[in-house]
Amino acid sequence: MASTVEHISRATIRFAGDSGDGMQLTGTQLTNTSALAGNDVATFPDFPAEIRAPRGTRAGVSGFQVQFASEDIFTPGDQLDTLVVMNPAALVTNISDLRSGGLLIVNEDNFVDKEFRLAKVESNPLDDPEMDQYRVIKIKMTLLTRTAVEELELSTKIADRCKNFFAMGFVYWLYNRDLQPTLDFINAKFGGKPEIAAANEKALKAGYNYGETTEAAISTYQVEKAKLEPGKYKNIMGNQALAWGCITAAKLSDKDLFLGSYPITPASDILHELSKHKKFGVRTFQAEDEIAAVCATIGAAFGGHMSITTSSGPGIALKGEAMGLGMILELPMLIINIQRGGPSTGLPTKTEQSDLLQCMYGRNGESPLPVIAARSPADCFDTAIDAWRVAAKFMCPVIVLSDGYIANGAEPWRIPDYDTIEKIVIDHPGERAEEDPPFLPYKRNEDLSRPWALPGTKGLEHRIGGLEKEHETGNVSYDPDNHEFMCKIRQEKIDKIAEFIPELEVDGEESGDLLVLSWGGTYGACTTAVTQCQAEGLSVSHAHLRFINPFPRNLESLLGNFKQVVIPELNLGQLQKIIKSTFGVDAEGIHKLKGRPFTVSELVQQFKELIG
Amino acid sequence: MSTELPVLKAADFGSDQDVRWCPGCGDYSILAQMKKALAAQGFPREKIAFISGIGCSSRFPYYMSTYGMHSIHGRAPAFATGLKSARPDLQVWVITGDGDALSIGGNHLMHAIRRNVNLNIVLFNNRIYGLTKGQYSPTSEIGKITKSTPMGSVDNPLTPLSVAVGCGATFIARSIDTNVKHLADTLQKAAEHQGTSFIEVYQNCNIFNDGAWKYATDRATKQDNVLELEHGKPLIFGAESNKGIRLNGLNPEVVELGNGIAEDDLLFHDAKAPEPTMAYLLSRMQQPEFPEAIGIFRQIDAPVYDDQLNAQVEAAQQAASDAKLNDLFNSGNTWEVG
Repeated sequence: MASTVEHISRATIRFAGDSGDGMQLTGTQLTNTSALAGNDVATFPDFPAEIRAPRGTRAGVSGFQVQFASEDIFTPGDQLDTLVVMNPAALVTNISDLRSGGLLIVNEDNFVDKEFRLAKVESNPLDDPEMDQYRVIKIKMTLLTRTAVEELELSTKIADRCKNFFAMGFVYWLYNRDLQPTLDFINAKFGGKPEIAAANEKALKAGYNYGETTEAAISTYQVEKAKLEPGKYKNIMGNQALAWGCITAAKLSDKDLFLGSYPITPASDILHELSKHKKFGVRTFQAEDEIAAVCATIGAAFGGHMSITTSSGPGIALKGEAMGLGMILELPMLIINIQRGGPSTGLPTKTEQSDLLQCMYGRNGESPLPVIAARSPADCFDTAIDAWRVAAKFMCPVIVLSDGYIANGAEPWRIPDYDTIEKIVIDHPGERAEEDPPFLPYKRNEDLSRPWALPGTKGLEHRIGGLEKEHETGNVSYDPDNHEFMCKIRQEKIDKIAEFIPELEVDGEESGDLLVLSWGGTYGACTTAVTQCQAEGLSVSHAHLRFINPFPRNLESLLGNFKQVVIPELNLGQLQKIIKSTFGVDAEGIHKLKGRPFTVSELVQQFKELIG
Repeated sequence: MSTELPVLKAADFGSDQDVRWCPGCGDYSILAQMKKALAAQGFPREKIAFISGIGCSSRFPYYMSTYGMHSIHGRAPAFATGLKSARPDLQVWVITGDGDALSIGGNHLMHAIRRNVNLNIVLFNNRIYGLTKGQYSPTSEIGKITKSTPMGSVDNPLTPLSVAVGCGATFIARSIDTNVKHLADTLQKAAEHQGTSFIEVYQNCNIFNDGAWKYATDRATKQDNVLELEHGKPLIFGAESNKGIRLNGLNPEVVELGNGIAEDDLLFHDAKAPEPTMAYLLSRMQQPEFPEAIGIFRQIDAPVYDDQLNAQVEAAQQAASDAKLNDLFNSGNTWEVG
């Protein structure tokens, strides 16, 4: 046993190693185990765009960060308390995030000349005097893992693959984590290969026991259960929550779900997830390209399904023309954009919020579409349902924004009871007889939305298309007055959605020195930073936008209540531009384009500078 | 009260919209034959959808009284694939042109055909861009002088049916706008086929490319220039029915019957051959060396995309008929917070 157990409220840990070292798996296991132990958790996987970049190089480093806590947390943490590095490249690319006094756990076996050359370091980075600020624990993980699995007589190559479980076991010991959930996982995942299962189990236990017997650290850490809202929880990733939200929205509206999609990082996991759920009436179509994906989605919407397409920025660019068609056809569907670093191919595996203007304005003609943004992994579930409520009620495509950080991140999700979620009622017009007056496919109701008449319904045969239509009849019309009228009424319909969506809530006082206005995945960092400022007595409030088009109806008055407004964004000020041009408010911006989320500390610092 | 379904006439398939094609356009004839074919098959009007892209031909859905969508340039097969996948109960037609299908929409055409989605794709081939006022198209002959090629085009044309063969089409046919009986009959057979039916229709654009198919439509020359395919029959053509196609090695050759050449020496059409070799050979027979074939080149049975997609959903639903979302939500590792 280690000599002392130190009780702490939160811990931030990162595993970093080669792409092939199994760091994502290791981090995911620690996350799930911590969640099961009752902690609040937040994760940040960070991996290269290449599947297997050259081994040992800086380009090939893959990392997984998790924060677990006995209190509510909204981010995966700023600075690391513990950094586990499997090789020199992982050390040099991650060390700057480790706090002074933090624990650095090193696979010593990889700190040899060959690895130094691959990582392009001149000498052993562990010999750098800068290392004195950390508590360094060097462990011969490769050797110890080989010894642990020796009796299984596996090849060295296979034995070495288990060393991530050794590292995991050591960290489990350090943070007093229960091995059982991971042992169960090993059995479930490798059950078909008993030798591999046995080897991983041995490595995991060897790592744990190594900590216990060597008392490698001065103390171990205990993070108590978090005081979450009562209920049943499970850990959920953003893309999974979005997929489940879509399945749920379809069921709530008594519809089958159709997904038209083309594989693209970081959205593909939604396609994978949905393709597993055919039993819930889910049809997935892997199209030949992004354009076909959205076009098939529109086709299925015409046919009466809840229809969605999923992509990321480059794919959304290709879908632009069809999105305009979806808009003028006035058919409901979701267009889901999991944003990544741009422009062009950009940073496929990194996060950014730089597609907002593309989604707001990236179509020819007057082509307004509602835009809704998820704020966290678990929130993706509700976002999908809310988006479909709007799409179905107002008969329009709705753009759903998420990002790579939300999509791959995980957090505890309070499991809802399906039977208590409000149903989504959709009325399709019924059959008409010959003697009835003609069907008017573009006659609008009080929401200004048109009827969703389904093919197969006798007497409602009608034609829709991309050419401008005559009011009510939907017939092709080139009449100048009609065109202007139609452009305005389509805009008015989108504007009217503001009457349907909730008002913007403020975290903190309704007026004061500084309002932090955020949207999307920056929610966690902004919430935490504002809470810190408020605890220090500063007059800072926070409002987080779920709908960006239309804006909540109370946004304008709220903006006027504060001396300053600041909009932190992972772009060069896209919401800031819209706020300035819409309301004439001279909002400040905080901008970051590093492929990584905001840290709490950098936001706190900038908020304080603004208040002066 | 009668329980019989009302019998729809060809006129019942026309919409109340004015047809706005140029007077004399070949599209009028195709529209008329389509209405006849639909009336003859007796499928309910509300169960039929026409999906088109952009171009003169793509205005077609507006003139039908069925469901319809005039979509965006080149993408009609993708819209139709989504619709048919979601609604296999509908009969879905794709109306497209040589530019729409083979230039901007080449990719979608290829993939709809190779998936064998149960669609009827009718390609109006007039070998020119009409709606944009007369540029050369991917089926225009080399040397075509147009507004965009004043010194003549230099790119090789595509043969639509060869493309369809290359994509593994299960139903391939060709007809001609003015050959009304043949056209109506071909459309009807296409509708009956399970899987993608691909029909090329020689269509005259009397404004920008008048006479492109003159050799195949002129009373004086058509019998010598067009060969009507019949499954199981020898390839015979000509005003006197005295010419035929014989195989010489791997290549076809035109021969005259008589002088020791009998019908049995000719190539016999086999539309149901599992391999598309003959369909390809027929698609490559072009003027002036050969007569051009019309009729059904290929018609084989093969698994249909939308049937299989829906069968998977049905199988999954039957295997888990009591599937509940609450079970999904509560799957995997969960924990209680009291």
